[in-house]
Amino acid sequence: MELLIEGIKQAFMLIFTGDPLVIEATVGSLKTSGSAVIISLLLGVPLGLLLALTRFPGRNVFVSIINAGMGLPPVVVGLFVAVFLWRSGPLGSLELMYTMPAMVIAQVVIALPLVAGLTTSAIQQLNPKLRLQALALGATKGQMLYTLIKEARLMTFAAVIAGFGAIISEVGAVLMVGGNISGQTRVLTTAIVEEVGKGEFSEAIALSIILLSLTFLATYGLTYYQQKGVGK
Amino acid sequence: MRKKYKALVLFAVIAALVVSNCLAPLTIAGAARSEKVLILATTTSTKDTGLLDYLLPIFKKKTGITVKSIAVGSGQALTMGQRGDADVLLVHSPAQEKTFMSKGYGKTRKDVMYNYFVIIGPKNDPAKVKTAPDALTAFKRIAAAKAKFVSRGDNSGTNTKELGFWKAAGATPSGSWYMKTGQGMAATIRIANEKNAYTLTDEGTYLVQKKSISLELLLKKTKDLKNQYGVITVNPAKHSFVNYNGAVRFSDFLTSREGQRLIGSYGTKKYGKTLFVPNAKK
Repeated sequence: MELLIEGIKQAFMLIFTGDPLVIEATVGSLKTSGSAVIISLLLGVPLGLLLALTRFPGRNVFVSIINAGMGLPPVVVGLFVAVFLWRSGPLGSLELMYTMPAMVIAQVVIALPLVAGLTTSAIQQLNPKLRLQALALGATKGQMLYTLIKEARLMTFAAVIAGFGAIISEVGAVLMVGGNISGQTRVLTTAIVEEVGKGEFSEAIALSIILLSLTFLATYGLTYYQQKGVGK
Repeated sequence: MRKKYKALVLFAVIAALVVSNCLAPLTIAGAARSEKVLILATTTSTKDTGLLDYLLPIFKKKTGITVKSIAVGSGQALTMGQRGDADVLLVHSPAQEKTFMSKGYGKTRKDVMYNYFVIIGPKNDPAKVKTAPDALTAFKRIAAAKAKFVSRGDNSGTNTKELGFWKAAGATPSGSWYMKTGQGMAATIRIANEKNAYTLTDEGTYLVQKKSISLELLLKKTKDLKNQYGVITVNPAKHSFVNYNGAVRFSDFLTSREGQRLIGSYGTKKYGKTLFVPNAKK
């Protein structure tokens, strides 16, 4: 208990004095998870729309795969991405292993099914008449899609929140493909593991507090934006 | 409506900035296979003691080469070298290193430094390790007493050393007194501490953990506890894509007069003694 109190005290010291490790890990986390969530959004929303609005052979299998993907164990993702990116692997010549892009790739693999799956069910839950109505009122196909997304935005936001929460707090995959290299691929979660390994608990607690605050702030911001739409 | 567009544009700009910033290395990596990046696979002890954080910036300043150090057990480090997923290895598992070299996976191997393994364990020392003349006797006593022992169980250099002792002692460690963690040294020490059990560790990692554990140092500096570290360059004949030149420069740096002096002086300030004794052949 003493350790925790002492840790929290030191944690605030480290945060307010701008400890280089704390800054590095925080920036690293925001960069990778931020990029990954944006990419997942750009890929996942269109994919979700496609799955919700079209029918093609094998669609059910595909949707099931996406839904199962929502619970992908991150370490498994890390391992498979690593196998591809290792220099001895098929994509080895890209030299991406142990870099931030490699971490973003792993995080996108984790977050994409969440975004795509939740978007699919969000669009499917909309009243099917909405689509016809929009088209009947002379909306182009693009306008119709925009209307659908707008109507389903609550769920889409939920997808973003879920995706972001999943990847910023994840350690197995990013450690495997990023390597927790100081000055290059260190993020909050991997730095926490490292500091615990070194027995530097106050650093670890400081990083944990930042991670918790970041997750909360991001979720709060998104939730705020999401709830603004309620009741309108 | 206008306000909404503004927010959208702002979001798009931020998104583009964040993504491009993070993916920048992609274009660099794609453009040219850079000689300026070196992948070092090493044991957890060199990272957990902070030695690498101390040496690598100096190496970068001298050569402009960025070292990506991946801390895994020696066994895994050697596997990475075998596949060409690392350029240079800093490991401490002489028996495994010998096989690695004889199979032609490594080009050169040089001694870099040594320290000692130590046996730590509970204060009351049920297996009487403290009075053992050497580590082999200590392991025999632990096995005979079936005293709790925590093993790395991860194919690392320390794990290999430990298994060697059991074998020489004619004991097969199994049963409830023998626990395998599958984790790095620091984590294993912490588990041993909670279980009040014996474990074998390198001295450096023990010194770092010492302040926060209740286990005691029971046996040290016997001849059979010596822990030799070596640097191995991965053979470019096996994998044309390894950064061999960088590996040679790193190997030369560690064994150079300057590198050896840096290694020898590391840790004196923080721990009151050196963690690694340099012993590269002149």
